[in-house]
Amino acid sequence: MIEQDWILGLVGGLVIGCAAALFLLVNGRIMGASGIVGGLVDGSGRATAGERGFFLAGLVGAPALVATIWRAPETHLIGDWGVLVAAGLLVGLGTRIANGCTSGHGVCGISRLSPRGIVATAVYIGVGMAAVALFRHALGVI
Amino acid sequence: MTRNLFALLAGSLFGLGLMLSGMTDTAKVRGFLDVLGSWDATLIFVIVGALIPMFFAWRVAEARRRALLGNDIPARPDPAITRDLAMGSTLFGIGWGLSGLCPGPAMASLSYNGWGGLVFLAAMVAGMLAAPPVKARLMAA
Repeated sequence: MIEQDWILGLVGGLVIGCAAALFLLVNGRIMGASGIVGGLVDGSGRATAGERGFFLAGLVGAPALVATIWRAPETHLIGDWGVLVAAGLLVGLGTRIANGCTSGHGVCGISRLSPRGIVATAVYIGVGMAAVALFRHALGVI
Repeated sequence: MTRNLFALLAGSLFGLGLMLSGMTDTAKVRGFLDVLGSWDATLIFVIVGALIPMFFAWRVAEARRRALLGNDIPARPDPAITRDLAMGSTLFGIGWGLSGLCPGPAMASLSYNGWGGLVFLAAMVAGMLAAPPVKARLMAA
């Protein structure tokens, strides 16, 4: 990590926090990515489908616009589609079972001092670290 | 329509923040989780940055009880640490560590993440579809 990385991280983080604050104070909604997508996928959020759709249009569309007119950042995505499918299934399943992900439990939950948000974040960060240790350093899969 | 417009604005800001912060770079996220390798602390700065406005937003929201567009601020959930919270976060953590992607960045990087990003998103949607019955069995067990 070079110095510029943490400055961009902090500034980008502030922008993310402002997005969540706007969605909470204006729309009265929790800005949780897995909940917003998941409610559309399984139909449980049908009553608020418009709001969810517009949120996702901005989430995909605004970075797409910047990537087109300026430049796209590196993503360094792993090339193994088998691993990507397994990871995607686990992320979709896990975030819906736990009722939240990094944005919902992490950003919105911790800032509300919600015990559930704090515990969920500690668990997925701890397990994520263990997974990288296992799959990268012990097994060499990623 | 006002509601949808602000949803579009919030989603756009969220996506731009993720892009700017470096969180759509899976190497940085896996770097944060890689405590045995060359550890990358960027994610800490992102989370701290995001928590600052939200900490104040919650104080305002809980005092006012209503959002500007009229609906109630979501009630505080039951604080109980349930089995689904622990099991779900465990599954999510494994997938996050494997790929360096979580739902927000997976969506934000969709336009510049190649076919692999689309494959991940399709699998994530499939996992979300499978979640309700799995969760029901988990809670009944």
